[in-house]
Amino acid sequence: MRFRTVTSPHVLLETSVGLIMRRVLYAMLPGIVALIWFFGWGIGVNLVLATVVALLAEAAMLVMRSKPLASHLGDTSAVVTAWLLAVALPPLAPWWLTVIGVLSAIVVAKHLYGGLGYNPFNPAMVGYVVLLISFPREMSTWLIPHGLGQPHTLTLLETLQAIFGTAPISLDALTGATPLDVLRTQLGLGLSVTEIRNSPVFGIVAGHGWEWATLGFLAGGLWLVYIRAAAWQIPVGMLSGLAVIATGFYLVDPQHYAPPWLHLWSGAAVYGAFFIATDPVTASATPRGRLIYGAGIGMLVYIIRGFGGYPDGVAFAVLLMNIAAPTIDLYTQPRVFGARQR
Amino acid sequence: MIVAIFTLSALAGASGLLLGFAAVRFKVEGDPVVEKIEAMLPQSQCGQCGYVGCRSYAEAIVAGEADINQCPPGGNNGIIALAELLGRDPKPLNAEYGAEQPKRVAVIDEQSCIGCTLCIQACPVDAILGAAKHMHTVIARECTGCELCLAPCPVDCIQMEPVAATITTWKWTYPVAEIEAA
Amino acid sequence: MSAWFPFHGGVKTVRHKTESSQRPIQPGLLPSRLVVPLHQHVGATAKPMVQPGDRVLKGQMIGQADGYVSAAVHAPTSGRIMAVDQQPVPHPSGLPDWCVTLETDGEDHWIERKPLDYRRLHPSDLRNAIRNAGVVGLGGAVFPSAVKMNLSGHCERLDHLILNGAECEPWMSCDDLIMRERAAEIVAGIHIMVHVLNPHQVLIGIEDDKPEAIAAMNAACAGTGYQVCPVPTRYPSGGAKQLTKLLTNKEAPVNGRSTDIGVQCFNVATAYTLHRAVNHGEPVISRIVTVTGQVAHPQNIDALLGTAFADLIAQCGGYSDGVERLIMGGPMMGFALHRDDVPVTKATNCILAASARELTLEQPVMPCIRCGDCVDVCPADLLPQQLYWYARAKEFDKARDHHLFSCIECGCCSYVCPSHIPLVQYYRYAKNEIWAREKEKQQAELARQRHRARMERLEREKQEREAKLRQKAPPSRAELVVVPGTGISERNG
Repeated sequence: MRFRTVTSPHVLLETSVGLIMRRVLYAMLPGIVALIWFFGWGIGVNLVLATVVALLAEAAMLVMRSKPLASHLGDTSAVVTAWLLAVALPPLAPWWLTVIGVLSAIVVAKHLYGGLGYNPFNPAMVGYVVLLISFPREMSTWLIPHGLGQPHTLTLLETLQAIFGTAPISLDALTGATPLDVLRTQLGLGLSVTEIRNSPVFGIVAGHGWEWATLGFLAGGLWLVYIRAAAWQIPVGMLSGLAVIATGFYLVDPQHYAPPWLHLWSGAAVYGAFFIATDPVTASATPRGRLIYGAGIGMLVYIIRGFGGYPDGVAFAVLLMNIAAPTIDLYTQPRVFGARQR
Repeated sequence: MIVAIFTLSALAGASGLLLGFAAVRFKVEGDPVVEKIEAMLPQSQCGQCGYVGCRSYAEAIVAGEADINQCPPGGNNGIIALAELLGRDPKPLNAEYGAEQPKRVAVIDEQSCIGCTLCIQACPVDAILGAAKHMHTVIARECTGCELCLAPCPVDCIQMEPVAATITTWKWTYPVAEIEAA
Repeated sequence: MSAWFPFHGGVKTVRHKTESSQRPIQPGLLPSRLVVPLHQHVGATAKPMVQPGDRVLKGQMIGQADGYVSAAVHAPTSGRIMAVDQQPVPHPSGLPDWCVTLETDGEDHWIERKPLDYRRLHPSDLRNAIRNAGVVGLGGAVFPSAVKMNLSGHCERLDHLILNGAECEPWMSCDDLIMRERAAEIVAGIHIMVHVLNPHQVLIGIEDDKPEAIAAMNAACAGTGYQVCPVPTRYPSGGAKQLTKLLTNKEAPVNGRSTDIGVQCFNVATAYTLHRAVNHGEPVISRIVTVTGQVAHPQNIDALLGTAFADLIAQCGGYSDGVERLIMGGPMMGFALHRDDVPVTKATNCILAASARELTLEQPVMPCIRCGDCVDVCPADLLPQQLYWYARAKEFDKARDHHLFSCIECGCCSYVCPSHIPLVQYYRYAKNEIWAREKEKQQAELARQRHRARMERLEREKQEREAKLRQKAPPSRAELVVVPGTGISERNG
């Protein structure tokens, strides 16, 4: 009798890349629901469009690189990239914006760099940054959130018409600046933080509507950390990095620098901490390294928000720390069992 | 002006003394590069590279007479190691000098051996035992597989045999189950 | 003792111990033929002492320990030697090795057994006796116990003597059963270890999913001062380093030995065989083997060394359906066998006949996504995915710098890898390559020295010849001619 010979271990945990990716998708749902509630159908349309484009682009690239379609397409990593990007796009972003963003992410940032597991930069953030730099006007046209006195709620049909370029009504009345935009412009006009925060756009903590989406992403993110689909060190590092530097500036001059809770709760801080920065492929891989990596992102986010040219800086911060990840890994190797304490 | 000249002269003198002392104290015997290259060569002493013994080949590489891709027993790994040491680009083995093959050892057919001692004289590492008119034998452990004993044998009683994998020399293989080939 | 010190990483695996642990240890049937490998231990192969045709008695030495790190091999029963040759053995390569084939006569006739009074023996004589009785570590590593019972040069006396009854591998229950049924004899063996090693403290580590074994050992240890320490059930708590950490919070140094930190660790079954060898004069000729998985009656068998796996499977009622892999050892670290006509050795702690139900079938291998799950579970605190990149790229120096050799090949990283990368195989491959290159280097160095010695000898001989010639007839200048065209000067005449 002959037997099959395969090396140990002969039992494996029931897990897979696909499972991890799908869990990320589930974890995004609460935040997405909140976004759709406050910003309308546009978010949903973007998500569907991005998913379709991402899957097609992924399949095309896999065929060109002669990789097995079933296992690589089935891991849904392309869908994760698409969702991460789509959530960050303005609700009425024209269709070509989404397509360009997704193609930059999947084709350039992912597959031209070697595909899943080999890309040095977070694909979704590469796509986002390409759009932000190339189409700043389209990228900053956000809808006024629901419940903030917008004159008209777009129906699904009107949303589709807006996205695909045949808008029947003028959209100008429906769009407005995001809280971080407001903060940035008005600080530039010399107003104090207290005055600026009286604007209804800031809601309870850090932006009407936005804060609920943040809460949704926080819930999903905590679940990811709880089931160990995301490393806890990265969100902890990033949020504490941001909090420490924001608190420092706030204590020095509370009228010129927004309070730390506003920084933590607004923009893409929480979303970035739990969903963007935790992309394992591009992040640091050692336990201590992840804390440093996260803290680096947090501090860069503050620096870009406060002193850079953009209202939010999560995408740039993540890409900058992506470059540093291999170096961080090199210097933060864990102490090997039995090695003397250094 | 005087002070400057004096200072500089003193400095130059001190440095000179220091360098002179270092030259005597840390004198390097032989050519360290030759030693390093020699340590990387497989030491089969087979002469396939066109030089007598590995050390002459190492010297020839340093002198710029020989290229780094002339050693078939060292194979590609050997060339890569040499390229790294010398800061050159690795290149494929020059087929003129032979091809890389798994290690083999010489085995003397003891029935046919006439005891002529020619192979003993040819062996670069003294791995063949025997005396005139007495049958010879190869110490398999010491044989480098250089094949230099094959040509001199008047009765062609020496064969090269591949070293059989035993339970002690067996190695775990490189995992090949990888789906992603590229 | 209730306190323990957790080690980093580890995994919770399936257990499947009760399948085989419900029945008492069964005596093995006496087969008509035994094939006893001469290399059943770490170190040098035992030298055969018998010829085909010789009659041997049960317990008679048939292979002599060859050197310090080696152990003797004995006839498991009485009978006639059929052959001393290469036979298939349980090894991942499927290659044959030197074995003594014994035709049993069914009489099971012992040689004269001489119990030793270890209290009166000089430690080195006792160690020799242990080596000659073939006592080796029965946890699976089969390191000669005599070597481990020599502290000279490492420490004066041990702080802790650790008895390993953790048995963390799934499916396996041989240590569990021996502790339940032969606790008193294990303790008698520990007495011998204590006599030689003189430890401050004796700790017996048992995973807390074996309450019967813990109770039996507690009862047997009453009044001895030996402490039975239940440890949490978490693979690989039975790794010697991990168990040491669990019980003493000490870590064996990298590239060092456990005696450097005053600890020595033996398997409980080793203590049992030590007791049999010293107090009864019975060498190691059998061991408890767990036969489990897809067999009709999974159980533990006290099998004679040399019994074919197929015979043990038959004693357990034969294979059930769908057996596709036969594993020696547990599913985490054991290796798959090519065939089942190989003999039981001292390393055979478990035979797992596995079907798709027991195994995870091969999954498509995906690229590493650097998720770091392997880092979280590595009990040696390594960066497995980093080692994987280096092993894969054959950058062995870097792999070594990242402490490849601290890897204990426990398989935790492969177990949790979502990309199903055969990580452990990469490490084994890299280790083997590094060892092979090291060996090649040594051989090259040897060849270089021999070549140099030869060149010097030739040079010396030439000079001696010249000197002799010069003495006979000092050549005049006119006798030296230059051979035209060659530039070589040659002596004329």
